[in-house]
Amino acid sequence: MTADEQPATLLDVRDLHVEFRTRDGVAKAVGGVSYTVEAGQTLAVLGESGSGKSVTAQAVMGILDSPPGFVTGGEVLFRGRDLLRMGEEQRRRVRGAELAMIFQDALSSLNPVMTVGAQLGEMFEVHQGMSRKDARARAVQLMERVRIPAAADRVRDYPHQFSGGMRQRIMIAMALALEPDLIIADEPTTALDVTVQAQVMDLLAELQREFNMGLILITHDLGVVADVADKIAVMYAGRIVETAPVHDLYAAPAHPYTRGLLASIPRLDRKGRELYAIKGLPPNLTDIPSGCPFNPRCPRARDICRTDRPPLFTVAPGRASACHFWKETLDEG
Amino acid sequence: MPEPDPHDPKDAIQSGGGGAMSLATGDAEALGTGPVPGGPASGKARSLWSDAWHDLRRNPVFVVSALVIAFLVLIALWPGLIASGNPLQCDLAKAQEGSQPGHPFGFDAQGCDVYTRTVYGARASITVGVCATAGAALLGGVLGGLAGFFGGWWDGLLSRLADIFFGIPIILGGLVFLSVVTGGSVWPVVGFIVLLGWPQISRIARGSVVGAKQHDYVQAARSLGAGNGRLLLRHIGPNAVAPVIVVATIALGTYIALEATLSFVGVGLKPPTVSWGIDISNASGQIRNAPHMLLWPAGALSVTVLAFIMLGDAVRDALDPKLR
Amino acid sequence: MRADGEALLEVRDLVKHYPLTRGILFKKQTGAVHAVDGVSFELRRGETLGIVGESGCGKSTVAKMLVHLERPTAGHIRYKGEDITRLSGRALKAVRRNIQMVFQDPYTSLNPRMTVGDIIGEPFDIHPEVAPKGDRRRKVRELLDVVGLNPEYINRYPHQFSGGQRQRIGIARGLALNPEIIICDEPVSALDVSVQAQVVNLLARLQQQFELSYVFIAHDLSVVRHISDRVAVMYLGKLAEVGTDVQIYDHPTHPYTQALLSAVPVPDPRARSERILLAGDVPSPAHPPSGCRFRTRCWKAQPKCTAEVPPLEIPEWFREPGGPAAHVSACHFAEERSVVPNETGA
Repeated sequence: MTADEQPATLLDVRDLHVEFRTRDGVAKAVGGVSYTVEAGQTLAVLGESGSGKSVTAQAVMGILDSPPGFVTGGEVLFRGRDLLRMGEEQRRRVRGAELAMIFQDALSSLNPVMTVGAQLGEMFEVHQGMSRKDARARAVQLMERVRIPAAADRVRDYPHQFSGGMRQRIMIAMALALEPDLIIADEPTTALDVTVQAQVMDLLAELQREFNMGLILITHDLGVVADVADKIAVMYAGRIVETAPVHDLYAAPAHPYTRGLLASIPRLDRKGRELYAIKGLPPNLTDIPSGCPFNPRCPRARDICRTDRPPLFTVAPGRASACHFWKETLDEG
Repeated sequence: MPEPDPHDPKDAIQSGGGGAMSLATGDAEALGTGPVPGGPASGKARSLWSDAWHDLRRNPVFVVSALVIAFLVLIALWPGLIASGNPLQCDLAKAQEGSQPGHPFGFDAQGCDVYTRTVYGARASITVGVCATAGAALLGGVLGGLAGFFGGWWDGLLSRLADIFFGIPIILGGLVFLSVVTGGSVWPVVGFIVLLGWPQISRIARGSVVGAKQHDYVQAARSLGAGNGRLLLRHIGPNAVAPVIVVATIALGTYIALEATLSFVGVGLKPPTVSWGIDISNASGQIRNAPHMLLWPAGALSVTVLAFIMLGDAVRDALDPKLR
Repeated sequence: MRADGEALLEVRDLVKHYPLTRGILFKKQTGAVHAVDGVSFELRRGETLGIVGESGCGKSTVAKMLVHLERPTAGHIRYKGEDITRLSGRALKAVRRNIQMVFQDPYTSLNPRMTVGDIIGEPFDIHPEVAPKGDRRRKVRELLDVVGLNPEYINRYPHQFSGGQRQRIGIARGLALNPEIIICDEPVSALDVSVQAQVVNLLARLQQQFELSYVFIAHDLSVVRHISDRVAVMYLGKLAEVGTDVQIYDHPTHPYTQALLSAVPVPDPRARSERILLAGDVPSPAHPPSGCRFRTRCWKAQPKCTAEVPPLEIPEWFREPGGPAAHVSACHFAEERSVVPNETGA
């Protein structure tokens, strides 16, 4: 795992399928998702709750609750090695050292009865066999790295003694500890206030540049994505409906769902009249509509949308849309 | 003591619960709790209780356990219905003999008919079990519920009082209490068990009410102008009762066994009262050479306890609309 | 925009301190959390007053005091000129009919063990004079229809609905007593983007239909701008700045408002603007800073900010020229600065 022989593509998810087997039936939480992330690149996975955006990430990380969740197909190639076919022991070594994850709720992700210094240091003790004293020194360095003021004193504090923004910084420090190649951040700033959110996103973006890491940013917030992502994958009902470089997507969406989402958020810079609202509700994942899953809510739906599931049509290089009428949608914007 | 949250509770909910939101709740929403077609047709008004009853009648667990309990209550009231003998008429010559015609369960150490004694024992055991549970649940539920709802000094006082009762060793307490309250009938025993049993239930009820009280729907009802009575009976009660039901049904079995223990050490029920507890303790010494003496009263006790636990389980599930 | 109506609700110097105590049976007060510290505003008939701020700023506590879920430590709330701050019993109940609340979390604000019919019908049980008994079911069905739900759902339980649908049920409950004022406490922040728009539109439509006045509390500045006629910005228990949406969003004069607005991510990659990054975190409301509450994070702070509490009034230097900068702002050094990135194209 030396830096000079690494292939450009860090993570290559191919046709991933995840099912949840529940009392109410089999829910197809992820139905054939593919994406790639390269070193130094930020991929934003955008979707509403139940779209499968977090489940995909959990399957990639290998932390899916199983049962009820099962990966039923596909490949997750990390530097060319399929994580899904790796042994549990091997996979655990990859996790943390090469792949790390940041969760939304920092308070529940940290152990309340251990000092943050001990939790950060533990990473080095376990993965690198450092002595307790050295590990503690590294912990202080890390905390300084994520700009926690008075790190040398605060290393002995417990998680509840930190504010929400500071806790999320500690989570970032933990993820960075072993200098992973790829970080998956699942709604890292959703629980934070806007002013703190801005600080944390800036920090994350800066560290990513510095370490040339790949970053998968999972979010429902179209605003956060616009600021930091290189490319976007929009998910709906367990599938990717559109992928595009960030500028293209906002300039002219090629899928009616993306279009509807963009139109339905109120603007900060002017007062709107009525908001555009996508009618209806996201589908029940145990009973996804045939054809295009978005067809019952789509203003553009025709007969073909109810019968034929649209594949991801190539719209432009690096850009695809799973809509039979992507051309018309694109022209409209 | 709960202290006021310096931050807006609203915001706390958002950041605290938000963690699970995108995954757990979010997916739960999509995983089939959306609007269900073919739900109950809207005709006349329905309520939690009518829906629960509607559910219970179709639940075989409930039907079976209710029938068993009805049967037990019936023979507790009129043991003569299925047993013609006299439980106190014994023949030492037949001591510990096994099953024989007319005496299907055999005889105990005093030569009394085990079948007759098991049937007659139902009255004392079920009276102790049901009355002690009802008393403890009522007392503990009301006291604990009020303490949880109103908080303050009353809550502090009650919690300390409960701690004191928790500290009393059962056997020692029984020796002291029951030797003062003379008798040997069931009522002092019921009274003693209620006295020792309510703190356990009051703790559960208190915790459960404190949990339910914090939900926004209680605040919503309060902002509509609902009084404390309505808040307790309509909003907090139904949402806090499940753990109390579970603990109470389990306690019922313990209480019947406790009666047996007290009788065994000689302060509980005394002959001529017949109870499963007395018979079980009498038989426990003879388990090797006459297992039937233990088997029948113990079996009757197990069936009774099981029936009440199943009943409690079914009622609890019926009161939770999410499980429908 | 109908900001010229009569003042329905007047709030004067509202204060809420939560005592911090120690001890189990014998409690000793060791301090106080200054959740709300002298807040004044008014709500006029037919308007929407937005209150924005970050967590811990006290905006939800204000909402709770307006609907009498919390008792103010000091200050007054007047409804149509009558002081309702310390009402109780029957008089309070009568006022409550006219001031209703919609809660943030649609998952905990509906009793899971009551049918939708019982939840929306409960206001009629508590205020039987509003609807005769035989008429209630019909009214509940009407309300379901008004908020865009199928009246046939009357016997269902909350868990059978999605988040957005539940919020509609909560709104129907709030409407049941024909109130004049609805306090909306973060009503859409728990909802998905596509559903959020539906609920925002519904609230706007209901305002027209029933001539409602809203106090709309949220942390999402875009939603607040969309729905509000006037906006109040709160920081650490105090109001920082109050004005019309144009005054606050296009001509903010308080540094906190400017920082807050500049931090909002805008869903347009071309509209990236310069962000004002604030240092540090919001101080604890148990130990608020002296003078101006924002001074610990403010880039303009001077010794004066530590010594003097800035009053919430129109800064002298803006009074003369008038214009959009002339609105109340609690800053000694208020100056106009445009921070909202303007949209290009579309």
